[in-house]
Amino acid sequence: MSTSLTDPAPASVAEKGPPIIILDKVNKWFGQLHVLRDVSMTVAEKERVVVCGPSGSGKSTMIRCINRLESHQEGRIEVDGTELTDDTRALDQIRREVGMVFQSFNLFPHLTVLENCTLAPIWVRKTPKAEAEELGMSFLRRVRIPEQAKKYPGQLSGGQQQRVAIARALCMRPKIMLFDEPTSALDPEMIKEVLDVMIELAESGMTMVCVTHEMGFARRVADRVVFMDRGEIVESGTPAAMFETPQTDRLKLFLSQILRGH
Amino acid sequence: MQAVLWARANLFRSWWSTAVTLVLIYLIVRGAWSFIDWAFINAVWSVPQGPNGPNTAVCHAAQGIGACWAVVKEKYRFILFAFYPYAEQWRPATCIVLLILLYIVSARRQFWRKELALLWIMTLVVIGILMWGGAFGLTYVPQYQWGGLPLTLILATIGLAAAFPLSILVALGRRSTGLPAVRLLCVVYVELIRGVPLISLLFMATTMFPLFMPNGADIDKVLSAQVAIILFAAAYLAEVVRAGLQSLPRGQNEAADALGLSYWRKTGLIILPQALRLVIPPLVNTFIGFFKDTSLVLIVGIFDLLKAGTTAVADPPWQGFGNEIYVLLAVIYFAFCYAMSRYSRGLERDLDRARRR
Repeated sequence: MSTSLTDPAPASVAEKGPPIIILDKVNKWFGQLHVLRDVSMTVAEKERVVVCGPSGSGKSTMIRCINRLESHQEGRIEVDGTELTDDTRALDQIRREVGMVFQSFNLFPHLTVLENCTLAPIWVRKTPKAEAEELGMSFLRRVRIPEQAKKYPGQLSGGQQQRVAIARALCMRPKIMLFDEPTSALDPEMIKEVLDVMIELAESGMTMVCVTHEMGFARRVADRVVFMDRGEIVESGTPAAMFETPQTDRLKLFLSQILRGH
Repeated sequence: MQAVLWARANLFRSWWSTAVTLVLIYLIVRGAWSFIDWAFINAVWSVPQGPNGPNTAVCHAAQGIGACWAVVKEKYRFILFAFYPYAEQWRPATCIVLLILLYIVSARRQFWRKELALLWIMTLVVIGILMWGGAFGLTYVPQYQWGGLPLTLILATIGLAAAFPLSILVALGRRSTGLPAVRLLCVVYVELIRGVPLISLLFMATTMFPLFMPNGADIDKVLSAQVAIILFAAAYLAEVVRAGLQSLPRGQNEAADALGLSYWRKTGLIILPQALRLVIPPLVNTFIGFFKDTSLVLIVGIFDLLKAGTTAVADPPWQGFGNEIYVLLAVIYFAFCYAMSRYSRGLERDLDRARRR
């Protein structure tokens, strides 16, 4: 991958602000299945958190609870000072401030790349069209595909699509970015171009919560790594501490499996 | 050379396929030849006018051997306009032209904008004024005198134009998770309407429904039939639309939600444009079906195109010339239905060009 585990880790320690995401004893069930067990976590402004864990550990569910694509049944989730409840108006308010990037991109196939980017600013933020297009182009330049603006998502490669998805989310000028396994659906040669964009974003001071198996990425940009297994947070700490001196057997097992895979 | 090779490979590959090919060629040529014989060579194109109307002796003599197109020449005004006052028939004729122009304009994608809805309303108002009259110096023509092609087109156009948006609402309602009462209502509506034949719905609308109305509330037959057609078509279309909604990947909903789009924005900008595109073939299938199903209104005594045609040959001198009339009606129906299906194929191709996944 882009950076390997043995790279020297420039654990960038930026000035962290007050907490912007608070999960307090969150529980969730899918029918009988207990998918989140007493999950508590706080993310500070400008903090970069990487969430990892084996599949089925509840990491995607947890990140999807932060913008309420999934609703939790017990506990409290607070984002940017507002508690997540069934109140849809408060929810729409929060979703404007929280950008999300999905594993399967989820671009709108009937709109051009630029229209994908300008849709939400125009309809949600009420930005005038010309201004929204300028904004869209500036973010497409940032993810390095301005020349694809007039194409449709189906005409792009997976890596390009994921970069458009990142630009689309950034166009709403969110305070927080959530990444749900952004590189898992990509061919190996495209992972780097997406990770590069994410690294740049992390270095610009964006608050990020990132579900990923890219340990190189975690090492390079994460302030904190959270390891989840069977619906609970098992261990968390700086990337260096987590990868070099894992405390629990579960994390040791997970790391050995991940490393064997590489 | 190409053609010979193609024929060799596809038509005369073995003795068995050669035999089938030869038999089919024989049947097709014979069938086509007898039709040409009947429709053109032995056909009677006009009849002399006698003192008591047309003298149809020539036609009767040719019956079974040649077509009598004179009946079309003689009766086309009745078939197209039925009992609409003869002197005023330019009005329904104008309506036909207006409706066809409206179809052509609506079919062009560059005209798909808000103004198009306005154009539809204006055209329908003008058509209403022309058909009813009673204003601008036009004499009043009550609805029971309407008939023929304009009536068929009006029933089908208004029927589908009103049923389509209704069907979208019903389909959305049926899928809504937050509003169980709305969902139940939509399910009951679709299942109830789908469970009854259109004919019985037409009967109920025109004969039973007025009984429940306060005395004196005279409900027009054409209007009741129109409402029945709208309700019936909407139930069927709703299921087609629902199929489209269901086939969209969940990620589209989630991505729109994550951007903070409200329910109606999400539905109008993301979900429906994609869902409807996916169901163009079954939608047009249903449209074509309902265009023809409007002929069922004859059962409640409305003179649509088909009924006007069959009535035309009830006239004693022309009795027995139904075939010619049916050929004419088939040509008219085919023209409209084929236009719809050709258009939908073109539309699919256009919309697909941009979106290869």
